Amino acid sequence: MAGPTSHADVAAELATRPGYRSARATLVRWLLITVSLTFLGALLAAPLAAVFAMALEQGWSAYFSSFGDEATRASIRLTLTAAAIVVPLNTVFGITAAWCISKFEFRGKSILITLIDLPLAVSPVVSGLIYVLLFGLNGWFGAWLQDNDISIVYALPGIILATMFVTFPYVARELIPLMQQLGNDEEEAAITLGAGGWFTFFRVTLPRIRWGLLYGVILCNARAMGEFGAVSVVSGNVRNLTMTMPLQIEALYNEYNMVGAFAVASVLSLLAVATLIIKTLVEGRTGYRRR
Amino acid sequence: MKNVGQREPNVIPGFGITLGFTTFFLSAIVLLPLSALVLKAAGLDWSRFVEVIASPRALASYKLSFGASLVAACVNMVFGFALAWTLVRYEFPGRKLVDAIIDMPFALPTAVSGIALTTIFAANGWIGQYLEPHGIHVAYTPLGITVALTLIGMPFVVRTVQPALQEVQRDLEDAAETLGAGRFYIFRRIIVPTVLPALLTGFTLAFARAVGEYGSVIFIAGNKYMETEITPLLIIFRLEEYDYAGAAALGFVMLSISFVMLLAINLLQVWGRKRLMVSR
Repeated sequence: MAGPTSHADVAAELATRPGYRSARATLVRWLLITVSLTFLGALLAAPLAAVFAMALEQGWSAYFSSFGDEATRASIRLTLTAAAIVVPLNTVFGITAAWCISKFEFRGKSILITLIDLPLAVSPVVSGLIYVLLFGLNGWFGAWLQDNDISIVYALPGIILATMFVTFPYVARELIPLMQQLGNDEEEAAITLGAGGWFTFFRVTLPRIRWGLLYGVILCNARAMGEFGAVSVVSGNVRNLTMTMPLQIEALYNEYNMVGAFAVASVLSLLAVATLIIKTLVEGRTGYRRR
Repeated sequence: MKNVGQREPNVIPGFGITLGFTTFFLSAIVLLPLSALVLKAAGLDWSRFVEVIASPRALASYKLSFGASLVAACVNMVFGFALAWTLVRYEFPGRKLVDAIIDMPFALPTAVSGIALTTIFAANGWIGQYLEPHGIHVAYTPLGITVALTLIGMPFVVRTVQPALQEVQRDLEDAAETLGAGRFYIFRRIIVPTVLPALLTGFTLAFARAVGEYGSVIFIAGNKYMETEITPLLIIFRLEEYDYAGAAALGFVMLSISFVMLLAINLLQVWGRKRLMVSR
């Protein structure tokens, strides 16, 4: 058989050789990696680095002294208080909902799952607005609350409610697919052997879901501490009283106190980084990937 | 033992109490407040309602919110796909780190990403200083809003496309290649059809999140009258004037958009599952 003669034949012949293909594939590969990483770097890594660069712009002592500010301290206390109330409640809810959804078959289950996820689809501003409409001065319960001298909006309870709404689905979303995947067999065995419901949960279910639960709680906590839009609507921005850390960041930023604003932001950023580290560790532990 | 409505006898206890608690908590925290918004908006005088939601300022904000969200979601569809492809198909140093950092926008507070982006893209910022001489103004323009919305929507696309890309049958690609198909043909006829439902779901998720976004946008937007005011910001303005009815009307519009988006996402997922079953 005669060898390739025309130019096109040679090109076609060359293109089938392994070296040619892999050279082009390598080019495409490095092009794609470069493009993706540049995109990621500009959009994610740069802002994160900027937070710390700006916070430390005037050195470590300026950084640390910005935490001596009374308003900043008050905002940290408020954020910790709100998270300490919201996260346990949403954890209990998440475990209960996940148990109900993953262990039983019932009508309307998919609607229930959609409703639990609903807060994720709602704008944070709307999430705050609904509580103002309920408990604000002109709201449904506004007059009654004022007569009884109870303040919810522009006070801690409002901040807690709005934060709870926004972080409502996180623990449940983490646990439902995990528990569905694990199945009911071990729980059924325990119950059949005479174990009680609580015993079964703590000794059989909990050890198997603890890593997923841990990540759900950590993520819920990060979102609770970082929520801005919803809390900004219900808080009323009263210094030393109803300013959470994200609101304090906004206030300092608007006063051009950059070191102060970014110092508070750096704390929340560290929290976010810690959350991601725990997520990576959890995925390594369980070999299980969300969605 | 009665097990009406259950497929098989279930010995696991706690159905009644967990369902009861879940429904109660859900109603108290989510459903009751949301219905308060709907009822408040429904109680509005019709002409007043239209006046609020169709005011020139509101219309300008819809145009901005939708336009910027749409562009951001499209950008994310392209780069999110590239990122997912890179993470699924290629080995490179630092791949695990990149995979972990994708979720950053989920964990980082929106106010933090807002002020950080503004700083970077300001005229003297790390990236802004190279763009400004070319006449590209990012901070305090609709372009800046788009950048912020791209940031917060990005993980939605990557995280939905990633598992779908892992589903693509490599032996099918190899077979096609052996039969003489070019890379582009394989991409168009094998990879795109498998990934399409996930890609569209990711697009819709990113878009839905972007339309309602507030924290990361308001810093970089500059909030100029009729120019860079997003719809959620107008709700805040209404509330600051104690105009609860006006705020409820705009909130109702936003909530309706959320429901339409949720419906679209659910339909896309059903469609995706059907396609997957047909192809198997």
